[in-house]
Formats: sequence, C-alpha cells, structure tokens
Amino acid sequence: MAELLLELLSEEIPARMQARAADDLKRLVCDGLKAAGLTFTDARAFATPRRLALVVDGLPVAREDVSDERRGPRIGAPDQAIQGFLKGAGLASLDEAEKRETGKGEFWFAVVTKKGGPTAEALPGLIDAALKALPWPKSMKWGSGTMQWVRPLQSIVALFDDKVLASEVAPGGQMAPIKFGDTTRGHRFLSKGAIRVTGFADYTAKLRAAYVMLDAAERKRIILEGAEKLCAGAQVTLRVDEGLLDEVAGLVEWPVPLLGTIDAAFMDVPPEVLIVSMKTHQRYFATTTQDGLLANRFVVVANNVTRDGGATVVDGNERVLRARLSDAKFFWDQDRKVRLEDRLPALKNIVFHAKLGTQAERVGRLAKLAVEIAGHVPGADRGLVEQAALLCKADLVTGMVGEFPELQGIIGRYYALSEELPMAVADAIGDHYAPAGPNDRCPDAPVSIAVALADKLDALVSFWSIGEKPTGSRDPFALRRAALGVIRIVVENNIRLPLRNFFKADDLMAFFAERLKVQMREKGVRHDVVDAVFALGNEDDLVRLLARVEALQSFLGSDAGKNLLTAYGRAANIVRAEEKKDKGLATRIAGAPDVALLEQIEEKAVVSALADVERTKGPALKAEDFAGAMAALAVLRAPIDAYFEKVTVNVTDRPELRLNRLKLLNQIRVTMDSVADFSKIEG
Amino acid sequence: MSLGENQVSDLSPVPSRSKGAKPTCFQELILTLQDYWAAQGCLILQPYDMEMGAGTFHTATTLRALGPKPWYAAYVQPCRRPSDGRYGENPNRLQHYYQFQAILKPSPPDILERYLGSLEAIGVDTGLHDIRFVEDDWESPTLGAWGLGWEVWCDGMEITQFTYFQQVGGIEVDLVAGEITYGLERLAMYLFDKKTVYELPYNSASSEVPLTYGDVFLQNEQEQSTYNFEHADTEMLFRHFADAEKECGRLIEKKLPLPAYDLCIKASHAFNMLDARGVISVTERQSFILRVRDLAKACCEAWLTTQTAKAA
Repeated sequence: MAELLLELLSEEIPARMQARAADDLKRLVCDGLKAAGLTFTDARAFATPRRLALVVDGLPVAREDVSDERRGPRIGAPDQAIQGFLKGAGLASLDEAEKRETGKGEFWFAVVTKKGGPTAEALPGLIDAALKALPWPKSMKWGSGTMQWVRPLQSIVALFDDKVLASEVAPGGQMAPIKFGDTTRGHRFLSKGAIRVTGFADYTAKLRAAYVMLDAAERKRIILEGAEKLCAGAQVTLRVDEGLLDEVAGLVEWPVPLLGTIDAAFMDVPPEVLIVSMKTHQRYFATTTQDGLLANRFVVVANNVTRDGGATVVDGNERVLRARLSDAKFFWDQDRKVRLEDRLPALKNIVFHAKLGTQAERVGRLAKLAVEIAGHVPGADRGLVEQAALLCKADLVTGMVGEFPELQGIIGRYYALSEELPMAVADAIGDHYAPAGPNDRCPDAPVSIAVALADKLDALVSFWSIGEKPTGSRDPFALRRAALGVIRIVVENNIRLPLRNFFKADDLMAFFAERLKVQMREKGVRHDVVDAVFALGNEDDLVRLLARVEALQSFLGSDAGKNLLTAYGRAANIVRAEEKKDKGLATRIAGAPDVALLEQIEEKAVVSALADVERTKGPALKAEDFAGAMAALAVLRAPIDAYFEKVTVNVTDRPELRLNRLKLLNQIRVTMDSVADFSKIEG
Repeated sequence: MSLGENQVSDLSPVPSRSKGAKPTCFQELILTLQDYWAAQGCLILQPYDMEMGAGTFHTATTLRALGPKPWYAAYVQPCRRPSDGRYGENPNRLQHYYQFQAILKPSPPDILERYLGSLEAIGVDTGLHDIRFVEDDWESPTLGAWGLGWEVWCDGMEITQFTYFQQVGGIEVDLVAGEITYGLERLAMYLFDKKTVYELPYNSASSEVPLTYGDVFLQNEQEQSTYNFEHADTEMLFRHFADAEKECGRLIEKKLPLPAYDLCIKASHAFNMLDARGVISVTERQSFILRVRDLAKACCEAWLTTQTAKAA
C-alpha cells in the first residue's frame, strides 16, 4: 500500500474559492483513480491561500491486468450495429470478437484486457486530467501561456510511494513546463527557500516549521481561541461570525490574532456602521461589552509574526480604521442635517427599474398600498403607516447608505430617531426590508408589518406586471424571497390578508401557493395533506389555509380520520371506476339523490348522516373551526360502512336505482371534498 | 536652458539620495519606484499629456497590453477624477492625484517577488508589517477591459492594485500583462505617517525650500473642485464629447489608432466632468459609458492591426 501526495502551489487564491477547490480536486482525482481501477482507503484535501493539497492513502503499488467483457449485438445484426460495437470496444474486426450463446440467442462478445502495471504510470495522466477539469469560478492565463488557473500556478509536488512522479504541466506559450517535483515553499514572509518533502507526514511537519498551517479547520480554531483569549484579557466578548471566520482563515497561512482599539471619537456612530465597516472593509471581528453593547476593541488576524510582536501591525490597522470611520462619522454628522422628509425629492433621480420608474414613484405606490394593508393589520395606525412608507426609502440618498448600502433601512431608522419621529415609524423604516431570509427577524409591530408587506407585494406585483417573473435558475429581483417574506409576516403575525385584493394575476397566486407548499414540506407537513387543502382553490387567506392544513393533518392522524378515509376511498373508487366506463356519467350523477328511490334503510341512514354533516359543517367552516368541521365528517363513517355491507350499487336490472346509488356515493365525495380534497390523500 | 555656464561651475553639488536609502518625501517615493523598476528592466516613461481617470488609460498600458510584443514600462500618471474632488477639505480624497504604474508583459513568473522587492525599496519592512493579497478583480467598463488580481494590503490598508490583464478593448490579450498600480498619495501618507495628504512633505525636509503637498496642490484642489462642480460649462462639455466621439470615429477610418485613442480619452474625460456636474441621469450614464467603450474598442482593434501587421 502506498500514499499519493499532491500539492499545487500558486499565487494567492481568493479565500471564498479555497474550500470548494480542495473538494473538487479530491473528487476529480478520486474519480480518476476509481475509473482506472485503483482502490484506496482514504483521501483528504486541504487549502491555504497559496496551495491546494491532496493526500490519498492505501493505493496499490501496481495494478493487476483487468479483463473487461462487453456484449455486442446479435449474430447477423445490421452492419451499423456491428460497426458501432467494434468501435466502442476498440476492436479492428469481428475476428477479434467471439460468438457466445446466451440462452436468448447467439451474440457477439468482446473481451478487452487492460494491461495493469505500476500505479505510478497511471497517476500522471489522471492528475493532469483533474487539473484541466478543476472548475474555478473565475480563472485566468498568465505570462505567455494559455493554461487557465485561478492565479499563476508556480510548482507541483507529486509524490507516489515517496517517489516523484515523472510528469509535468505545460502552461503553454514560451513558458517553461512546471515539472512534478518534491519541493515546495513555506510562508511568503516567514520562510525562505525551497523545502524538500518525502511524504504527507513529512510535508505537514515541514510546512508547519515553515509557518504554514495546512488545515483550514486548524487555522480557524487557532483564530478563534487566540481571539477569545485576547478578548478575555481585555474583558470584552468576541462577536463570533462564522462567515468572517471562514474568510479570514482563507487569507492567512499562519494566523496571528491581534487586538486593536477603536478611537473613542467614533463610538457614538451607530454600532451597525462600525461593525459593517470593520467586517466588510477590513475583515475585523467586533467585540461586545458585558452589557452586550459594541465594545471599543476589535480583533484583526495578521498573516505574519513580526519583530515587534504585532505593534506596528495593530497601529497600522487602527490608523486605517480611523480613516474609514472618519468617513462614516462625517456622513453621520452631515446626513443628520437634512431631514428624511426633505430628501424625498432626490428619490426622483434614482431609477428603481427602467420599466418601473423612479424610487419616488415607488414610494408613492408603497404609501398607498401600505395604508390599504393597514386596514387588515390590527393596531396599525394609518397615519403612522403612511408616514413610515413615505420615508422608508429616504435613506437611499444619504451619504451613509451610499457608502454602506447593506445598511439601508437601519440607517433610516437612526435618522428617524434622531429627528424624534414616532418610534413606530422609525422601527418600520428599519424593519421594512425584513425578513431577508429564513433566519432573519420577522417584523412584528403593526406599522412595520404594514410597510414591510407593502414593500414586498409592490415588488412582486410590479415585476410581475412587466413580465419579470422568476424562473428556476434566475431570480434577479429576489422575488422568491419577497414572497416567502410575505408568507412569514402574515403567518407569524396571524394577519388576515385577502391577497387577491392586491393583485389579479393567477400565476402570482400560484407562485405564493408554491412557496407555501415548499415551506410547509420543509416543516414536515405531509405533501398530500397540503395538496388536499390547496386543491380547494380560491383560498387567498394564508392564515386560514394553514389552519385547515393543520386540522386535516391532525384529523388524519386520528382513528376516526383514518377510518373515514377508508370509507371515502371505497365510495370514490366505485364512482371513479364507473365514470371511467361511462363518460357522461359524471353529469348525470351530480346533485342530490332522489329520496323516492332510497329503498334500503342503510341508504336512508347515509342520506340523513350527510344532512347532519351539512348542518354542522357549514357553521363550523364559517367560524373557521376546521377541527370541528372534520369531526362533523366523522359521523359518516358508520352509515357508510353499513351501506357498503348491505347495498349493492351496481344493480344491473334497474338502471335508475343504480344511478341513484352512484349519486349517493358521489354526494359523500362532494360533501367531504368541501372540507378538503380527500382524493389527494394517499392511504 | 539659459543657465549661465559660470554659474554651473560655482554651484556646490546638491546632496543626492544615496542608493538604498528609504524615501523621506513624496518625490523621493517616486524616484525610488522609478529606480527600482528601471533596475527591473522597465522603460521609465513620462505621464501621458492628457486628462485621464487612471494610469491604465496611458497608451503604455491600454494599447501596449495588446498584441504579441513584450513590453516592460513604468511611469507616474496624474489622474483626474472630477467627482472625487472635496475642495481640499477631505484628508485623502482628491480630484487630481498620482498613480505610479508598472506594467510587465508578459508577466514574469517572479512578478510578485519583484513587487514585494519594490515595497522593501520604499521602506515597507515585511518583518514589521502584515502584507496580504486580497482578491480584487478589476474591470473597466469604459475600456472594455478586465483582469484578475488582488488589492495588496499593508496592515489593513490598500497600497497597491495588482492585475493580470485578460481582456482590453473587448479583445483577449496575446501575452498577459501584470499591471501594478500604486496610489502614491495614500502610500506616502502611510510611509510618512501623515493624517492628511496636504501635510505630506513633497521634497526633502533638508531642502532650502521644503514644501508640502498642500503647498503645491491645495489651491488647485479648491479651484478645480469649484470648477468641476459649479462652473464647468455643461453645454460645452456635451459638445466636446460629441466632437471627440465623431473625430475619433473619423480617425479610426483613416487607420490612425493613436490620434483616435487621444480623442477617446478626451471623450472619457468630458463624460467624467459631466458626471461630476450631475447632469447625467442613471440611464444616460450607462449609454455614455457604452459610447466611450465603443470608441476604446475601435481604437484597440485598429491598434492591434498595426501591431500584428508589423510583427508579421
């Protein structure tokens, strides 16, 4: 058994691409190994800013000969089929094939023997194929070459069984080939010269001595532990940000967390601004005080061990942050000199979408829509809703949002508060983009709810009106997210909103239904139960719709429900079978059965039970007592069971009686389907 | 030119910078970078004599990046970004500033090491600082150009833009140029520990006439900002744009890519001025950018013909 070690050293690889590239390298090489009939026990891939590495354990040193049999066409098959077979099997003529009796006739067979041999001979080709197939999100050529890689590729370590594989990669043009070798380089600044390695254990040990931590998970752990220790020493708490941690671990080969200080002059700027500025522009971690407020310390992760223990690095980073935050503070001070209301005219200069006009026009629509929605939101003051809707986009023309677009809304809220606008208005401005995803906070204050719903419904209706509907792969205006946002706001706040009042398009309603179904399926609701309720159609009140789904799900979980479903199934099956034989039957059995033709007591019992159900079901549905309506159905079960026991439906000699009995069965179906479409329920 | 001969001999020699000394002022930073890149085999060119938004517009980059001929050059380029003017009141935003640009085509395998050498030369000690290469793909919509590379951070501050050109004027490059762009003022503020650009020492403190960057450029920032934002004649600028566009097209037909490209630069600057005056709407903006790009593409295509024709 032997080990394969592969390392691709390049110039700095973007952090966001590293993990994926390591996985891809592993997958491609392993697929190649499998295709070549090479077994192995384990494969692990690693990435740092400068290298992808792969180690495969337990490979055989040599392969046996492998013979592969392929069945071809029948003897005497058309020439085209024969030629195809020969080509596919790599045979020159039928002389190289053999005839064999299979029991189903005589067929041509090709027996192809793949020569085995040293594994080291098979590896270069499959490594080369893996390199060519590795799908970087963006790649480039360099020098005079034609090869594509994420950044210039510098060297390749390729060792099998501790020996260098004899091969190379040609970047093309006038460039020297990159020969497979056994040397690499350590940290860009903390290590000098080439490092010769003999195998994976030696490789990782020597890299570590050369200030390279190969494993991103270890780098993350070191960053986290180091940062937390620094924070503890300064009596602050690290704000752990997984996304940032991943990114930072991809920016360093040797992480050195350091603690810096935010200048006191900036601590009155909204904390969101400081956090965004530190995170997105500088990749710093924020910290909080014991009370959970933003603390004046930050953690920066350097990629260097410096002579002065990081003093210069911290000083430099603090200076950079000061410059960044002076900009932010400048905007914070300047922006507050102009009231949000006075910014509205400037929205006329911002195009929302070429076909949908400016932000000013959009705000006009939002205000109208939000007030209309407010009528359905208990406790939403229409005046405040209108005010909030009119001002909700005003921060788009502030300097701060110009600099930090991701803070739209949040900044508007701060400016509204500093103008001493009503708290509900400020909060609605801050909340109206929410929820931005399944884990985002959902607005729950009445004014916020109305404005947040208006923002999303207007986007949906507007983009729908110009034919910009999302497709499976394209949703540039995040309309799926908007619809899911509407659903969450409505459902979580129990808002009784007849969606149909706000748009006409049937396919938009269907779009909502589809999102709701997906969402419920994710929550573990049976898909057939969902379908049974959606099949009723015409329901545009999501709260009511969900109540019905919930009631049905729990009814079907009960014995009464299960038994009734069996009874329903029998009735429906008979009707369906008869309808199949006789196309015109459906119209003839519509409507109530003729009382005069009810001959048996069991028939009369079903009819009277149906009448009872109609009496109780109606008011229950009206009161939205869906559990009550389902319970009412339960009384049908006993009479239906008795009916099937005693009554013959398909009486052959009396067609009018047969028709009436089918009518009765149909009536059972109709009555039950008015509560939910039970035909959609799977046993 | 008319310096008296007798005067020359009387002058005591001005103390010259000793080789390897770290720069102490703005002009020494430029001189050090020039020396360094000259030693790397680059031509040291002079700034292009037209208003442009970035050093990339210099023909030594845009046009020379195309075609099969190798090209190593370095130069300082004054950049004009009318919208960035702040009347001299912002510590580091200027409507006129300097870039130092090195372009190496084809990019040599050790180009990053050479770049790091330039940092050592100007006094960035990698034993004390944290240098990072952070993904930053570059794209110039007006030039129809893009490339991959990084912004280089020193202790969290961007000090250089590094790009491997892949396409210029919509044309895929033959040989990949590595383009290294230093923002000189920002770099100098960092090296010389100044809070505003105006405090930067422009020449040596030991000069008989020591001057700051502010002494040289503050009034210019104030006046040019006032002009750019308040007084620039927009009708005239629209006309200049249209004239330049037309003339550029005419010269392309005459197979004169170099003068045509000058007019493309002129159109681009007129557009930047109009943009600063706030007279171009969002939708118009896009169409102006496309018009400049069309000119740039035509110039690049015409230039490329001359290059390949001569090479053949």
